[in-house]
Amino acid sequence: MKALHTILSGIWQRNPTFVLILGMCPTLGTTSSAITGMSMGLATMLVLIFSNAAISAIKGIVPDKVRIPAFIVVIASFVTVVQMVMQAWFPALYAALGIFIPLIVVNCILLGRAEAFASKNPVGLSIADGLGTGLGFTLSLTVIGCVREFLGAGTVFGCRIYSADYGSLLFILAPGAFIVLGLLLALFNIITDRK
Amino acid sequence: MLIYLAIIFNAILVNNIVFSQFLGICPFIGVSRKIDSAAGMGMAVTFVMAVATAVTWLLQHYVLVPLGLVYIQTIAFILVIAVLVQMLEIIMKKSAPGLYAALGVFLPLITTNCAVLGVAIIVANKDFGFIYSIVYAIATALGFTLALLLFAGIRSQLELADVPRPMRGVPVALLTAGILAMAFMGFSGIKIG
Repeated sequence: MKALHTILSGIWQRNPTFVLILGMCPTLGTTSSAITGMSMGLATMLVLIFSNAAISAIKGIVPDKVRIPAFIVVIASFVTVVQMVMQAWFPALYAALGIFIPLIVVNCILLGRAEAFASKNPVGLSIADGLGTGLGFTLSLTVIGCVREFLGAGTVFGCRIYSADYGSLLFILAPGAFIVLGLLLALFNIITDRK
Repeated sequence: MLIYLAIIFNAILVNNIVFSQFLGICPFIGVSRKIDSAAGMGMAVTFVMAVATAVTWLLQHYVLVPLGLVYIQTIAFILVIAVLVQMLEIIMKKSAPGLYAALGVFLPLITTNCAVLGVAIIVANKDFGFIYSIVYAIATALGFTLALLLFAGIRSQLELADVPRPMRGVPVALLTAGILAMAFMGFSGIKIG
């Protein structure tokens, strides 16, 4: 029950993108299409689940003074694993996401969850937190990717909705990332204010 | 000489790290409320980025590549950057207290600034030469500083504006950044060298 609550609050009440506004670089940099946004979210989620589990498991052993460097090494190790797996099995996706895969290490969401949750809670609950926060991040990135792809290229997940001739390329390029995220954040604020 | 001018121009304006490569967004949104702190952050990032790029370049070309350990690049780089930032903080505190007072508060934030690790990885993957890498790092950091300063100026004006409630804070900042990014796209047609 508590685990379910942790997962759900990661998706909505503590949504990393729209509520906490963390991890902005991949949010802007990889959402030029729905599929790249979703893949980035899933890669981050995988690292987050494993790093939360590992950090929660070692929390009694690591001295308090060196905990941050220790957390960073744990996170960096899992990022390297994900990086190698993607390079081997999804080379096209790996090329599309480029530098943002190794940069998962410096995504504030991971260190934030490690410090705020995994270092204080048992392994099972930390995995639930990783799953919830990861799902929240993946959903946000997918939504932003869908909106940008729809406005920019007239497709969603590669399915054509209207002719590409009417698409506005701006939304796929850099300025569109900032503008779409800004408007979606405002929309999120309106929805949560009404409640 | 022309090639260095081209890198500098390219890294500051054409491929600005914030507006076209989406790196270092967190400090860009978080720190850029006052022009003073934006300038301080920019200087600290420039300093750290130049030193970090030099050290990680040496690490990549004299340790990781000869030993066949390129796959631990991410772990090695982030550790080196974290240690380096700590060391710089200690050294500056002792030997340059004036500089420390100006940049001190920004230093711990830089470890998790993805621009520093990002530039180190870009430089390593693209196989730039040593001098070329350092010029590239400094120019990129200057581009970051420029973006931060421009944005801080606009945001201090924005605080006086009457923004609709749901748009206040980050949403309107992102929209402003979008318009700035559009302005920076104007440079993309220019080629030197």
